[in-house]
Amino acid sequence: MKTKNEKLGIMIAGAVIGIIAVLLVLFGNPKNMGYCIACFLRDTAGGLKLHSAAVVQYVRPEIIGLVLGSFIMATLKKEWAPKGGSAPFTRFILGFFVMIGCLAFLGCPFRMTLRLAGGDLNALVGLAGFVVGILCGVFFLNKGYSLKRTYKQPKLEGAVAPAIQVVLLVVLVALPTLLVFSEKGPGSMHAPIIISLIAGLVVGALAQRSRMCMVGGIRDVILFKETKLLSGFVVLFVAALIGNLVLNAVKGGGFFKLGFIGADWVQPVAHTAHIWNFLGMMLVGYGCTLLGGCPLRQLILAGEGNTDSAITVTGLVVGAAFCHNFGLAGSAASITDGVVATGGVGVNGQVMVIVGLIVCTIIGCVNTFGKKD
Amino acid sequence: MLDARGLSCPEPVVMIRKAMASKENEYVMVVDNVTSKENVTRYAEHQGYTVSVSEASGEYTLTMKK
Repeated sequence: MKTKNEKLGIMIAGAVIGIIAVLLVLFGNPKNMGYCIACFLRDTAGGLKLHSAAVVQYVRPEIIGLVLGSFIMATLKKEWAPKGGSAPFTRFILGFFVMIGCLAFLGCPFRMTLRLAGGDLNALVGLAGFVVGILCGVFFLNKGYSLKRTYKQPKLEGAVAPAIQVVLLVVLVALPTLLVFSEKGPGSMHAPIIISLIAGLVVGALAQRSRMCMVGGIRDVILFKETKLLSGFVVLFVAALIGNLVLNAVKGGGFFKLGFIGADWVQPVAHTAHIWNFLGMMLVGYGCTLLGGCPLRQLILAGEGNTDSAITVTGLVVGAAFCHNFGLAGSAASITDGVVATGGVGVNGQVMVIVGLIVCTIIGCVNTFGKKD
Repeated sequence: MLDARGLSCPEPVVMIRKAMASKENEYVMVVDNVTSKENVTRYAEHQGYTVSVSEASGEYTLTMKK
């Protein structure tokens, strides 16, 4: 009975989150990007001048809301518990490479789902890679992979991550001249601050309660034949799909386009380099399985007081900065003067995706077959 | 007594699954977070065990019986 309630809870959460994601696009976020944890952390890194890619700079209030929503809900439910110490620097490195994988593909697992709900079949190639990456991680989990245990931490340590989000919110609202804001490109497209913030708070609270995790969904089915987390993922997809189709009918096209690319149209913020869509998301699935959760889950756990997840998020942010400072990120397909360019991933990015897969394998091997303490 | 304190999911569930391969009638596991408590409980129930939980200072002792 309890299991049924948990499953119903995560399905309701999935439906609400899917609808909110579509509404954020309606209010101004880029297409198929109501949410993208990777893109939003990348935009925030740009807003803080950690990289200078002019088209992706904006301190995204959704991120602030997600961490604080989780923090508030965990505190109310007496689940806020500062803890950490489970291989923090290894997690930083995994976070760094997960971001490289995300930005090769152009989206985190959350956005991959939203891209699918927008008819973007390039995301289907990403999903295939994502599953293969999770299978690689599950191989190590089955053999005893562990980053070892966490320990209780002082309250202050656990409070730092939520506190930083409060500071970012104050700066965004009261001292915006300290930050950089994109004037064109995806970074310039956003819902009003208050809507983004509330959307973040609601989704953060729902994700904290339901333990929503994109990696966990597929991982648990493979490991334990357990479908609870996956059901949230599926309902989110269906809700966003319906939302996109409704908006297409009401507001005109653009919210749902089925296919990879057309003679005169492209999928929003996506490219058609299938190998790199596959390998990018494979790296994400692999790294996130070794981390224990997708980028969304890392934000939620950071809000709950998990300092290892806070370090992982830092790794994601630094990874994003490196992606744009060293030209690792994928470039989206585009149309200039009626000519379609397919976009893709440059050599630097390709090399780093492969390096990331190797690093994940080394981390997996050492923490599975290495000498036990 | 299986000690899964400080471990995050899915590790506690992997641990109980391995232990349950020996098909004993009773297992006891201690975890220190609600997510692990829920996940281990769910897994044990699927395997046909009845789970009772006792909590003390943020740690949950799960007793799983067949």
